[in-house]
Amino acid sequence: MKKNLLISVKMTGVMIILCAGLYPLLIAGIGKATPGGGKGKTVSVNGKVVGYENVGQKFSEDKYFWGRPSAVDYNAAGSAGSNKGPSNPDYLQIVKDRIDSFLVHNPGVTREEIPADLVTASGSGLDPHISPASAYVQVKRIASIRNLPEEKVRALAEQYVEKTILGPPVVNVLKLNIGLDNLK
Amino acid sequence: MNSEIIGTILIFLVTLLLAYPLGKYIAKVFSGEKTFSNFMNPVERLLFRICGINPNESMNWKQFLKAMLTINMLWLVYAMLALVFQDKLPLNPDGNPGQTPDLAFNTAISFLVNCNLQHYSGESGLTYFTQLFVITFLQFVSAATGIAMLVAQFNGIKEKTTQNLGNFWNYFVKSITRILLPLSIIVAVILAFNGTPTSYDGKDNIVTLQGDSVQVSRGPAAGMIAIKQLGTNGGGWFGVNSAHPLENPNYITNAVETISILLIPIALVFALGFYLNRKKLANVIFAVMTFLFVIFCSVNIYYETGGNPAIDQLGIAQTAGSMEGKEVRLGAAATALWSVATTSTSNGSVNGMHDSLTPISGGVVILDMMINALYGGVGVGLLNYFIFIIIAVFISGLMVGRTPEFMGHKVEAREVKIAALVTLLSAFLIKGFTALAAYMVAHHPEMGWAVQPGAWLNNPSYHGFSEMLYEYTSANANNGSGFEGLGDNNVFWNVTTGIVLLLGRFLPIIAPIAIIGLLANKKFIPESPGTLRTDSYTFGAMTLAVIIIITALSYLPALALGPLAEYFSLY
Repeated sequence: MKKNLLISVKMTGVMIILCAGLYPLLIAGIGKATPGGGKGKTVSVNGKVVGYENVGQKFSEDKYFWGRPSAVDYNAAGSAGSNKGPSNPDYLQIVKDRIDSFLVHNPGVTREEIPADLVTASGSGLDPHISPASAYVQVKRIASIRNLPEEKVRALAEQYVEKTILGPPVVNVLKLNIGLDNLK
Repeated sequence: MNSEIIGTILIFLVTLLLAYPLGKYIAKVFSGEKTFSNFMNPVERLLFRICGINPNESMNWKQFLKAMLTINMLWLVYAMLALVFQDKLPLNPDGNPGQTPDLAFNTAISFLVNCNLQHYSGESGLTYFTQLFVITFLQFVSAATGIAMLVAQFNGIKEKTTQNLGNFWNYFVKSITRILLPLSIIVAVILAFNGTPTSYDGKDNIVTLQGDSVQVSRGPAAGMIAIKQLGTNGGGWFGVNSAHPLENPNYITNAVETISILLIPIALVFALGFYLNRKKLANVIFAVMTFLFVIFCSVNIYYETGGNPAIDQLGIAQTAGSMEGKEVRLGAAATALWSVATTSTSNGSVNGMHDSLTPISGGVVILDMMINALYGGVGVGLLNYFIFIIIAVFISGLMVGRTPEFMGHKVEAREVKIAALVTLLSAFLIKGFTALAAYMVAHHPEMGWAVQPGAWLNNPSYHGFSEMLYEYTSANANNGSGFEGLGDNNVFWNVTTGIVLLLGRFLPIIAPIAIIGLLANKKFIPESPGTLRTDSYTFGAMTLAVIIIITALSYLPALALGPLAEYFSLY
């Protein structure tokens, strides 16, 4: 017993140094060579950081493309999903309200055109992406508010669709909106 | 078939392709054969010298367990103290507070037992110090404990009659230096290059494009995420685990992280075949596990890509599947695959919120944790499966009217009693505590805990019951995922799940080792034509039947009250 305890104390000390001390330091060192230097990839406009490429942010104004609903209101100091079950009546009412509100803000869009990802909360509350369909369905509203031709806004949205080999195609909302601000 | 479903199949196939050679390698490491990792020899020798260990000293099953339990108890004390006093320790750039004693009790146990149930959120509930020096540390050593116990089991089966199960310290150290650490470095580097943070900087303050001021949590996360995936730990850096876009930035990292969940558990099944030189036995075990795994995956992918019928009724376009609690970059199919992978292996990390899964998928992941032996946790999965084998041997023996034997040793009343007790205990813990929690919700909703029982559940009715059932099932299986809507950071949940965690970890480790120790001590009986061959597919089917019957008898009523009832109310 005493022998085991002594070994245990020493072993714990050694493993703490190896797994909790040296290993993260090594990864942090390698991380310096990555894009963003291990601090997260930032996105800048005119030299000013406006956000992180991988962290979704809130867009509530009609002139911007909206992201997905967030259970933490895009407060990136934390993260959470809604954790609502599929049969929860309160939850279904919330989704219904989101649909109604979307229809009010987007005249000319019909109910069947609204993609589900635009009215359901993401897992992290910080989802930086929407589906391409969710971008296209907002084109009409944005074109009319910004006095731009619809085709031009639609073409911009298409330009920001990122395709991967097997994963679903995505649109990064922050990058799209920066592109939108630059559109003349 | 769409590309997302092909993606899930590819991820699984790549896992198998990697797991096979890894299994061979692991068998070589523990049988002391030459491998490319022999350059670690001097490091290990130094470690053994510092600690005063003779790695060649053999241990019997009692000595082996004593060494394991002693160091585990030490870690428990260390982890609890560090968590309570984390606010006074260095590396706390965000100024997070210390944990309450009941939360620290739960967290320390949870990571000690390789469960990683989290009743806090990483961004606010821990400091960088505790993330690394408690959480990451325990993620390595608890996984290594599991592997060491498994190798002891291998030794017990391998020798005809033996007292010698090998040396705990030797296996423990080599699990880290030769398996966990090298693989973690590879995965962490892949994550880092895809955007997962690695630096020690604290939260960042930014002003968004729309003009809101926001803080963004960061930290040296990549290394911890790698071991949490590989060591079937599952406790994430950020609150939402691998649903977080910094923890799992894109489809590629998601594929790597999914492979990491399954890799070592599957490799260990193959390692059994190589180590014992009984490849057919390993193949049969692998086939049974994979049979159920593939069924579970197919069911979940079907229901998650099919969407929520209640949302369909609202008349919108639900073409991408059920997206509540999921991330667009990952998609419904990849999240469904992950949900089964993480519950099969007692990993417990998530890349989407399980609370928002459609009812059948939610039921499948609970069921998967109740079985807890489809690949299973690192090391302990095979130990759990071994219990099913013992029961299957016993029942088959009765059916053919012979004394049951396993690997040339008679399986007698004592061993079967231990195996039966372990299976019954799980059902007792899960259902007993779920009943207690349900009683508190129904009859004492005003109880003055940090979260009143009346406010525990995030969803009403059947789904609320599932939240409680899930929590105890996850605790008992040492899984660590949750229906996270549950208000579980209060003294009731912290203490009761803490108890379930301890029993759910150590009894299923101790029991198989005790059985092996007892068996290995017995006289060896050479195989004869009348011997029941445990490496035949017939016996595999028998084990499968035992798994299904035991699980169905134990849990079907509980599942009927939760997920099944919800299914029938929705579809």
